[in-house]
Amino acid sequence: MTTFLQIDFAALLAATLAALSCALVGNFLVLTRRAMVSDALSHVMLPGVLVAFMITGSTAVLPMLVGGVAAGLLAVTLVSFLIRTAKVEPSAALGVVFTSLFAGGVLLMEQSGVARTAFDVHHVIMGNLEALVWPAASGLASLITPAHLAEMPKAIGRLVLIFGLVTTIIVALRKELAAVAFDADFARASGLPVALLDLILLVTTALATVAAFESVGIVLAVAMIVCPPATARLVSDQLGPQIVLSVLVAVVVVWGGYTIAVLSPAAFSDLALNAAGTIGAVSGLLFGAAVLYRKRLGSRSVAAPQLA
Amino acid sequence: MVEFWRILLLQGGHNTMVVMLGAAALGVAAGAVGVFAMLRHRALVSDAVAHATLPGVAGAFILAAALGLPGRAPLVLMGGAAITAILSLVAVQFLARQPRVTEDTATAAVLASSFGLGIALLSIVQSLSTGGQAGLDAYLFGGTAGMLEREAYVMVALALFVAAIVLILLKELSAAAFDPAFATASGLPLVRLDAVVALLSLATVVVGLRVVGLVLIVALLIIPPAAARFWSNHVGVVVAVSSLIGAASAYVGAAISAVAPDVPTGATIVVVCAGFFAVSLAFGAARGLAIRALGARRPLTGEAR
Repeated sequence: MTTFLQIDFAALLAATLAALSCALVGNFLVLTRRAMVSDALSHVMLPGVLVAFMITGSTAVLPMLVGGVAAGLLAVTLVSFLIRTAKVEPSAALGVVFTSLFAGGVLLMEQSGVARTAFDVHHVIMGNLEALVWPAASGLASLITPAHLAEMPKAIGRLVLIFGLVTTIIVALRKELAAVAFDADFARASGLPVALLDLILLVTTALATVAAFESVGIVLAVAMIVCPPATARLVSDQLGPQIVLSVLVAVVVVWGGYTIAVLSPAAFSDLALNAAGTIGAVSGLLFGAAVLYRKRLGSRSVAAPQLA
Repeated sequence: MVEFWRILLLQGGHNTMVVMLGAAALGVAAGAVGVFAMLRHRALVSDAVAHATLPGVAGAFILAAALGLPGRAPLVLMGGAAITAILSLVAVQFLARQPRVTEDTATAAVLASSFGLGIALLSIVQSLSTGGQAGLDAYLFGGTAGMLEREAYVMVALALFVAAIVLILLKELSAAAFDPAFATASGLPLVRLDAVVALLSLATVVVGLRVVGLVLIVALLIIPPAAARFWSNHVGVVVAVSSLIGAASAYVGAAISAVAPDVPTGATIVVVCAGFFAVSLAFGAARGLAIRALGARRPLTGEAR
C-alpha cells in the first residue's frame, strides 16, 4: 500500500482530476460540434503559459491559469475575427490560428533559456505522469496527515483547484449551457446571453486544458474532452445521463489505461509504456468499441420489426 | 546573418541546397492540395492524419529493431507512417458516418487517441537498446539536421507527383470544390475526387513529416491556402499563390534551420508562413482588409465566391 501511495497515487489522482475536468466541459463541446476547438485551445496553452512565465518568472498556479486563459481568449478572438471580418473558411481559420500560436510558443521556448529549463515541450505534449510521486507517504494515514499531504507534487494542488472551479461553473450553469448547446436560436430568443455563455464555456475549456499542462499532457486533455463525452453520447441522448456517464467513462479509462501502463513492464520485459499516452489510446478504443456495439445493436433493432 | 543570406542563395553547400529545394517542393505540393482540402471544409482532418503517423513511425521502428533492421531507415519509418495515416483516415470517415457522431468529434477522437498510442509506443522505443532513437524527435518537431540527400530526393519526387496530379485534375477538383451540386449533376465523381484530395493530403503529410514534424505539418496544408485566398477569386491563381507561399515558407524555414540547427525547423516554417498570412490578410488584392476598407469590392472574374 505504501508503495502504491508513493509511486502511483499522485499520478493516478492527477490523471483522474484532469480527466474529470476535461470530460465535464467536453460534453458541451461535443454537442456543439466544436470538438476540434479543444485541440486548438490545448495548443495555444503553450505560448500562454510561457509568456506568463516569462513575465512573472514563476510557475505558480495563478500566472499559469491567467496565461492559459488569456491565450485561449486571444485565440478565440482571432478565429472569430478571421471568420467574420476576413471571411476565412471556419476550420481553416481555426487551423491558421492554433498552428501559428503553437509554433510561436515552440520558438519562444527554444529561444528563451529560462523557459527551456522550466518547461519541457515533450512533457507539455505527452505529460509526465511518471514524475508525479509522493515519497512522503507512509501508509493510508498519510492521506489525512497535513504534513504529508503538503509534500504532494505541486501539480495536484493546481488540478484540485481547477477541478473545483470547472465543476462549480458547469453545475451552476448546466441549464443555460444545455439550452445553448441544444438550440442556440431558441436560447437567444428566450433571453439567454448566448455569446457570454459561449465565452464562459471556452474559458472553462481553457482552464481544464491548462490544468493538464505538463503533468498530464495536452494530448490526454484533448482525448478526455472528446472521447468520454462522445462515448456517453452514443448511449444516452439526454444531457444529464450523458454527463454522468462521461464522468464514469473517464474514470474507467484513466484507471484502466494507467493499470495497463504500469503492468506493461512486467508483461513485456521492462518496456515501460507512457501512462498518459496509454490512457489516451484506451479512451479512443473504448469509443470505437461503443460505436461498433451500437452499430450491431442498431442493425438488430432494425431487423426485429421486419420479422414481426 | 551573412551565413544566412549565403545559404538562402543556395551557396550553403550541396547537401543544404538539396534539403532546401526538397522543402520548397514540399511547400508547393502542400500549398496546392491544401486549397482543395480547405474549399471542401476538410482542412482539419489532415491534423488527425498527421498525428496518427506517430504510432506508425514508432511501430515501424520497433518492428525494424525486432527484425534486426536499421530502424531509422527513412523509408521504413515513412512506410509505417503511411499505414497508420491511412487507417486513421478510414477511421475518421467511418466514425463520422455513425449516428450521433459528428465529423469534428470523429476527427478529434482519432487525433487524440492515435497520438496517445504513438506516445505509448514511443516510450517503448526509448527503452530499446538499439540506438538511433534520438532521430525520431525530428518526426515530432521537424528538422533538417542529419537529413540525407536521398531523403530529400524522395521528398522532391513525391512532392512533384502530388503537384502534378493537382494540375491534371485542376478543373475537376475546382468544380467539386466550388459547386458540389453542379459537379454531381454534370457527372463528376464527387466521392472519388474527395478521396483523391484526402489521399494527396495524406501523401503530403507523410512526405513532410521529416522536415516539418507531425505536430505542425498540417499548418503547411492550411495556412498557405487561407493566405492565397486573399489574393484572388480565381482558383488557378489561388493554387499558384498558395504553392508559392508554401514553397517560400518551407525554403526560408529550412535555410534558417541550416544556420541554427537548434531551432526547431517545423516551428520556424510555420512562423514564416504565418507572416505571409498576415501580409495577405492586410494587403491581399482580392479580399484583403485594405481592399475591403477601400470599398473596392467588385467581384473579380472566376468561379470562386
